Amino acid sequence: MTKVDSSDIAKIAKLAKLDLSSDDVLTFSSQLSNIISYIDKLGEIETEKIEPMSQVTGLSQILREDTSIPENTLSSSDALSGTEKTHNGYFVVDALIDKGEDMKND
Amino acid sequence: MIESVPDTIEKLQEGLLKKNYSCVELVDYYLNRIKKYDSSLNSFLTISEDSAYSQAKKMDKVLNGGSFSLSEYPLLGVVVSFKDLFLTKGIRTTAGSKVLQSYVPPYSSTVVMKLLSAGAIMIGKTNCDAWAHGASGENSDYGPTKNPWNKKYVPGGSSSGAAVSVSSDFSFVALGTDTGGSVRQPASFTNLVGLKPTYGLVSRYGVVAMASSLDTIGHFTKTVEDSRRILAVTGGIDNYDSTLCGEKGEKIGEKIKIGIPKEYFGEGLDLEVREIILKAIEILKKKGIAFKEVSLPHTEYAVPVYYVIQPAEVSSNLSRYDGVRYGNDRDSFGSEARRRIMLGTYVLSEGYRDAYYLKAMKVRKKISDDFDHVFVDVDAILCPTAPTPAFKLGEKANDPLKMYLADIYTASASLAGIPGLSIPAGFTKDKRPVGMQLLGKRFNENKLFDIGEMFQKLTNYHLEKPVI
Repeated sequence: MTKVDSSDIAKIAKLAKLDLSSDDVLTFSSQLSNIISYIDKLGEIETEKIEPMSQVTGLSQILREDTSIPENTLSSSDALSGTEKTHNGYFVVDALIDKGEDMKND
Repeated sequence: MIESVPDTIEKLQEGLLKKNYSCVELVDYYLNRIKKYDSSLNSFLTISEDSAYSQAKKMDKVLNGGSFSLSEYPLLGVVVSFKDLFLTKGIRTTAGSKVLQSYVPPYSSTVVMKLLSAGAIMIGKTNCDAWAHGASGENSDYGPTKNPWNKKYVPGGSSSGAAVSVSSDFSFVALGTDTGGSVRQPASFTNLVGLKPTYGLVSRYGVVAMASSLDTIGHFTKTVEDSRRILAVTGGIDNYDSTLCGEKGEKIGEKIKIGIPKEYFGEGLDLEVREIILKAIEILKKKGIAFKEVSLPHTEYAVPVYYVIQPAEVSSNLSRYDGVRYGNDRDSFGSEARRRIMLGTYVLSEGYRDAYYLKAMKVRKKISDDFDHVFVDVDAILCPTAPTPAFKLGEKANDPLKMYLADIYTASASLAGIPGLSIPAGFTKDKRPVGMQLLGKRFNENKLFDIGEMFQKLTNYHLEKPVI
């Protein structure tokens, strides 16, 4: 029984931005198939008239004034403290559209 | 050097007020034990020695200053460890993952701030399953934590190190997180009181998110009375977590009635665990508590619902780890995190969302309704916390589905957002701890504490300690 085959796994990995080895693909295909088959148990329950429950508190639209809270605002250097790759006070990211070496981390 | 520390916060603070010991000496005591014993247990990832001593000195100053009240510092001198999911300003926070191996947060979570302002002393950050994914502690990228009651066994998870830090006397109390059982189950495996509060009671601000419609901030203590004291500090609106509500629970009446859900005593329940729970029920019956069999008919669907909703939310929450603003890139995710990201992405993907995610949200409603019906008639529900006592290291490590089923008695309460309290209820013949679980109506933690305190007055299980 294979519910989630290798091509499904490759597609999901791309959506999830994970690089998988060919061994990973096989392992996940078998494990996810197994787990999904177990989850299929949910099909036993009639739920046509049931409202989906996405949260339990019943709260909605919790708003506050749109003002900054100085003691809770990070300075630029604190905000950048988690990376070594910065440039003029900005985060450096890899190029999303590859146009060659000149677009990479300056 | 102090030889031992009292069992409750009340007695601990009596000792401080009488000057039997100072806060600095308490820190000495715990650090000494950690240095001596933790190499074989692996419960801590980071020891915050400097900040522990500086906070201890500050609290000793308060004590020696004279003019203070314990209502101002309700946790004065209480040494606490934090699961490594709680952001601590200036102190490394890894979430048990190599992705955050060298991450030093620029701010602290609300709960950390609240505890420190109440006079508690942070001793360090504890090991856990990476991103809180697991029921054994074995998914930590920094090696498994061992159970101090028997080092061949797991301490439960995902708050593995948090539980072990308290049961091994490395810390007076510990803060953890419970998304599907991650405080209650390790409490059961290590002879502690573990609280999963009502969803919406304790702020998650500054705590690494796992599954946001389920995540709660819980804690480990030795006694129920201390669990109540910690919740009095951690609970309440902070204006940074928009899921918090300010509801109050009801007072427990003269005549207490507890429901026993028949679905929690069927196939899969270990026979020794069953006997221990039935004996606990007899103990409470003698105190005049009425028991009644109740039914939660959708119990068997809790794990399948949980393993759709939780990975779906995990895949979304973990998408922020792209290695740009902090941390390493996505290649550093361990295998369980990758599995959950994959599973979550699958159930949310085109063509499968309605069949899995939407379906699971509908069955979640049915599970939640089951509890609402039962709580019309009873004050609380009593059941086992986990189907088995602690299992052996490696026993379930290669079978993810088997590991997921360890959540079978804890996942329902998480889906319904109700509180759960695990309390030491006895030991197996080979001396593995077993916990019982009290579940209550939303925001009715006090009822669970009242029943739990009654049980601890009648039993001494919680006073027994492991020989490390």
